[in-house]
Amino acid sequence: MSNNSIIKVEGLHKSYKMGNNALHVLKGIDLDIKAGEMVSIMGSSGSGKSTLLNILGILDSHDRGNYYLDNIRIEKMNETKAARFRNNYIGFIFQSFNLISFKNAMENVALPLYYKNISRKKRNQMALEYLDRLGLKEWANHLPAELSGGQKQRIAIARALISKPKVILADEPTGALDSQTSFEVMDILQEVNQMGITVIIVTHENDIAHRTQRIIRLRDGIIGENKTNGNFQPVNKEIFTNS
Amino acid sequence: MTGFSVAWGIFMLILLLGSGNGLQHGMENNFRGTAKNALWIWSRQTQVSYEGLQAGRRIQFTNEDYNHLVNMFYDDISNISGRFRLWGSGTVTYKDQYGDYDLEGVRPEFQHIQIVDMLQGRYLNQMDMNEHRKVAILSLPVKKALFRDEDPIGKYIRISKVPFMVVGIFENPERRDDEKIYIPVNTAQRVFNGSNQLSELAISTNALTVAENKRIEEAVRTTLMKRHRVAPDDKQAIGIWNTLEHFKQAQGVFSGIRLFVWVIGIMTIIAGIVGVSNIMIILVKERTKEIGIRKAIGATPWSVIRLVLSESVFITSVSGFLGLVFGMGLLSAVSMVLQTVAENSPNVENIFYNPTANVSVVVSALVVLIVAGLIAGFVPARKAAGIKPIEALHDE
Repeated sequence: MSNNSIIKVEGLHKSYKMGNNALHVLKGIDLDIKAGEMVSIMGSSGSGKSTLLNILGILDSHDRGNYYLDNIRIEKMNETKAARFRNNYIGFIFQSFNLISFKNAMENVALPLYYKNISRKKRNQMALEYLDRLGLKEWANHLPAELSGGQKQRIAIARALISKPKVILADEPTGALDSQTSFEVMDILQEVNQMGITVIIVTHENDIAHRTQRIIRLRDGIIGENKTNGNFQPVNKEIFTNS
Repeated sequence: MTGFSVAWGIFMLILLLGSGNGLQHGMENNFRGTAKNALWIWSRQTQVSYEGLQAGRRIQFTNEDYNHLVNMFYDDISNISGRFRLWGSGTVTYKDQYGDYDLEGVRPEFQHIQIVDMLQGRYLNQMDMNEHRKVAILSLPVKKALFRDEDPIGKYIRISKVPFMVVGIFENPERRDDEKIYIPVNTAQRVFNGSNQLSELAISTNALTVAENKRIEEAVRTTLMKRHRVAPDDKQAIGIWNTLEHFKQAQGVFSGIRLFVWVIGIMTIIAGIVGVSNIMIILVKERTKEIGIRKAIGATPWSVIRLVLSESVFITSVSGFLGLVFGMGLLSAVSMVLQTVAENSPNVENIFYNPTANVSVVVSALVVLIVAGLIAGFVPARKAAGIKPIEALHDE
């Protein structure tokens, strides 16, 4: 096993029980993602890409095969342990942002730190720092409903980054955004990647996939294509001011 | 609205407990003027012929009965007094004021059996007895009628034209409007041709339990029946009112009422708990997505349970506290009104008085509240902890 693998999957199977029938979603996935890579997972709906992402994010368990996260074997574990893994290793970004509507931007960003038992003062201070880096400091006290889609996704990115994860899992991060905003979000994600964080993006948009280093296509529960993106260009804009 | 049922439950609980206390205080007021272990002894006509004596014979207590009881029950009796009563027969005058009042000759020990508050001057004492002094103490209504605002101590009133010096003013806390005059019993016997007769006897025993008081009561009864040759199966000739027995009985009734009140209160609160629990379940459903987000971010099941439970405890505590405050407020208002009413009509305070919920009740109500909150939150919290983040997040 190579040591710089952050995510390594071997012969992964997953099926869901639907009444009497079992729906076989993942039929033996092999995957090796190195630390610091930026990878996109593509595939038509029903190809199993969301299921794969859920298993990678320890939101769901796999039936067969091996999954190593940062060289730690992930098995069926209780919820408390899974929650701790998610909190320490993984940052999630969702299509629908999934911000908590009655908490303001700062509180939303600070939330993962609450589950790390960090004091309110410290976590709010850190949240402001991350909001500032994403250019949203003056929106810190606004509720999600008062913000635009791009702003909301940037807050979600800040929330994913604040716990200093090893991997960012983004499920259709630009699905709810217009193309201009989509590119801005992708710029940010690329910058995040350049900080050394592995970024895995599930998308069905070719434009988005072509901004990652590697594109993995899922077809009916198996990997159909796994190729390095020759057109990949590092971001040259400086939206995300890295301190 | 969520916590209204809980607030209502606590409100009712406090109100009911307060009312229970009020009834109990009223009952205790009834006994306040009497030593709790007193025996009141009176005589009537015999119902059964015995030892050649006809039925319908009138039993008359005398000083000999008194002396006999004093000697015989030396260990059991703490105070004993003969009572020589003149029912409204003595017209009492002071200057141009006059009235008919209950006149009673008693011993100084009587103050420990029929307890009165001395407002002025002193009670009758042993010197009065020894010297057959013509002294009297008056209840407050008598003093007001005869003396108005004048200081009565040392003044002479005439009872059936015999002058008595007033040495004290008292008030019977049990019956404030009692119009009564006490004089020394032997003076009464001498002045009103009673020779050695006594109308009644009153004893306060040193018994601590109902059973012991009952034993003394029976022993006294048997002794008196023997002395007066009353048939052993004659239940009517000699009557004894056992205060302790009745006091304990009443107390038993009231602890029963209190238990009943608690049961009703708890039932009401349970209804409230079910209501809150239901609403919390709906709340958890509404917040499924939020809980899913929290879990994806790293919330452990335990932290989710804590989130829901603390909310549920918060709702029940706040609403319960409101109920508590309103209940206490109403009680103290009622209590104040009752006190004002009682000033004018003393009977009220013997029925319902000072309906308060004390500290222990409030503390136990608060404990009940927190427990209620925990119980109400338990099912919803379990539901919330069981939410799967993938399902919650894909539930658009």
